[in-house]
Amino acid sequence: MSKPSMNWAAIDADPRFQALHRKKTTFLWGLMFISTVYYFLLPIGAAYYQDLFKIKVWGVVNVGILFALSEFIVAWAIAFIYSKKANAEFDAMAQEIINDAHKMGA
Amino acid sequence: MTKIFNKLALSTSALLASGSALAATGAVADEFKWMTFAVFGVIIAITMGVTYWAAKHTHTTSEFYAAGRSVSGIQNGWAIAGDYLSAASFLGIAGLISLYGYDGFMYSVGWLVAYITVLLVIAEPCRNIGKYTMGDILAFRNEPKKVKTVAALSTITVSTFYLTAQMVGGGVLIKTLIGIDYETSIVGVGILMLVYVVFGGMKATTWVQIIKAGLLVCASLLLVFFVWMPYGFSLPDYLQAVVGDTKVQAQVAKLLGDKATTMTAAELGQRFLEPGLFLKSPIDQISLGMALVLGTAGMPHILMRFFTVPTAKAARLSVIWAMGIIGGFYVLTLFLGTGAAMLVGPAKIASIDPGGNMAGPLLAQYLGGGADSLLGNFFLAFVAAVAFATIVAVVAGLVLAAASAMAHDIYVGVIRGDHATPQEQVVAARVASVIVGIMAITVGIMAKGQNVAHLVALAFAVAASSNLPAVMLTLYWKKCNTGGIIAGMLIGAITAIALVMISPNMTYPQAVIKAAHKVIDGDPASEAKPAVEAKSGEGFSCELFATCKKAEPAKAAEDAKPAKPGTREKLVTLQAKLDAATDEADKKKVQADLDKVKKAHDKAEGDLKKFDGQTTSMVGLEKPFFLLKNPGLISIPLGFLAVIIGSLLYRDQRAEDMWDELYVRQNTGINAEAASAH
Repeated sequence: MSKPSMNWAAIDADPRFQALHRKKTTFLWGLMFISTVYYFLLPIGAAYYQDLFKIKVWGVVNVGILFALSEFIVAWAIAFIYSKKANAEFDAMAQEIINDAHKMGA
Repeated sequence: MTKIFNKLALSTSALLASGSALAATGAVADEFKWMTFAVFGVIIAITMGVTYWAAKHTHTTSEFYAAGRSVSGIQNGWAIAGDYLSAASFLGIAGLISLYGYDGFMYSVGWLVAYITVLLVIAEPCRNIGKYTMGDILAFRNEPKKVKTVAALSTITVSTFYLTAQMVGGGVLIKTLIGIDYETSIVGVGILMLVYVVFGGMKATTWVQIIKAGLLVCASLLLVFFVWMPYGFSLPDYLQAVVGDTKVQAQVAKLLGDKATTMTAAELGQRFLEPGLFLKSPIDQISLGMALVLGTAGMPHILMRFFTVPTAKAARLSVIWAMGIIGGFYVLTLFLGTGAAMLVGPAKIASIDPGGNMAGPLLAQYLGGGADSLLGNFFLAFVAAVAFATIVAVVAGLVLAAASAMAHDIYVGVIRGDHATPQEQVVAARVASVIVGIMAITVGIMAKGQNVAHLVALAFAVAASSNLPAVMLTLYWKKCNTGGIIAGMLIGAITAIALVMISPNMTYPQAVIKAAHKVIDGDPASEAKPAVEAKSGEGFSCELFATCKKAEPAKAAEDAKPAKPGTREKLVTLQAKLDAATDEADKKKVQADLDKVKKAHDKAEGDLKKFDGQTTSMVGLEKPFFLLKNPGLISIPLGFLAVIIGSLLYRDQRAEDMWDELYVRQNTGINAEAASAH
């Protein structure tokens, strides 16, 4: 199981890797931030904005129920957006680096 | 090997068969118990078949711990869902919704959102860097022996908390459902799970999870279909029927107490769909939310699942599938819970199990045609069997995680300095599984009758405060090193556990004794009280610790109340009523009331006897010092802080030098552990 040794510093310094790193960092932590804020709106709203949550909008269905259901939709949407982006962009960028990895810094 | 396996399988089925002889009481009526056992039997036979097949393909360490990294993304997604949808979420959340409406549903949201953290920051890097355990990830650029020891300790702690909650919960559940003796069910679950793990390793465990998740989703879909169909699958029409139900309105009236007297029936019903019937403290809610959202990503048995797939892309796909299944399941529980409330009734659900755990099974029985029908009991039997499979599967995953920490991190990594032969490693893994399994059975039996519900929350809090900061910072912060990881994991875990020890989760004898006296002697009459305005507290820290004055909400004016009789007085009046009753039906009704009161009376008397003379909790407190039920709000930031400060003080050039390698590898998957060829 011997693995070829790589010049990791050289790969890290490669502009393509730096580009992948920048794109991924902004995108991932941005999504993470949105999902966290959106999630904590639910307990905060349920505790401090009960009058808003009690407003009936669709028969007996109130804002609170729709908001809780929207949490599911938002979670799925974030997962979907991330996997689209990763499959279409990050994977291809990583693959290019992998293909040239053994040549870098040699 | 196959011979031993056959023998064990035989003795397990014998044990389960003997369970039927011990069956006494339970939700399933005696004449229908054979059906439950038949469904159990089929599920056990299928999983045993899978284990037999998996055992033939489990020879190397990679096969035992990681199923040869040959699990596909979709399979792993189902297995993650199987690992995650424990009896607590399957029965517990449906139960909470059936008793408390909106708050129960709100509670389920955090369990799904947790997977965003897993997807975005944990799954792919762990697949690219990891081998078999969390310890491997942490040891990548740190001193392996030190880091692996702490990682294994934390893994075993988290797994044991979670395992104990599952074992005790499972034992009680099986007793409530089919009346099998508590100890027998614990031993049954333990042995069955050990057979899966020891012989089939990760491959069998994975497939047991997949089968169980499939059964769970099918059962829930079927029930929701029957519940929702009469309303043409319209959400407003269905919920209109829920809020219009008198049983639901009665439950809300009971929960609101005096406040309900001025509300109309329609208002009471609508209140069921509004927040605030169960969850009272918003800060506690946020603390629990933090523990869930960050703790899931630090759960060793969830982390371990990402080592079983061939590539980072498959790891990503598996989280997407898991989120679809888990989220979809929680949406279904909204219907299961409200359906049970409307059709079975909260009062009846709580009478069988105060926590509401029987909501799902009772709904199944009702939809099949009720307690006396064959189909109704078949439905109940099916749901009971699925619940049983759930417990076994979750326990198997946890045991495998704890055993891998013990064998791979401690024995192979620390004691043998990574110089064990492949043969020795597999033997160590199996021996460790047996040790952890026996420990789980023992702890399960010892903890009989204990309140273990908070252990699940504690497991998540420790995982979020100890495992997650260490894993996240070693993956994303260049300066993170051995010193930081040791400091962070120890401080995070110790703070979380210590805060729970002084929190309202523990039993405080004085409060129990006071409550018991109230049950027995009743409430004295009270005079009318004027309304009290809300009082602001003396600062945020006063909401967390009992050192200063907490904010108090406004109280509405109260009318004068007559005295309420206690059970002692009620017993006398009911007995007199029973003696006076002549009609058979009347007699039966009074007798039932009398039995209920007697049960409450005996429980209060028992509590008085049990806590007689005691004034303080396990750690010597008269009342909680830490006021939240979940420690996450404090222990999680502290865990992160300790990793940062520890790393800055320790300074390790090697860890910084290896950062390039770690960061490139986690992002590209170069040199990742490959799938074993088959």
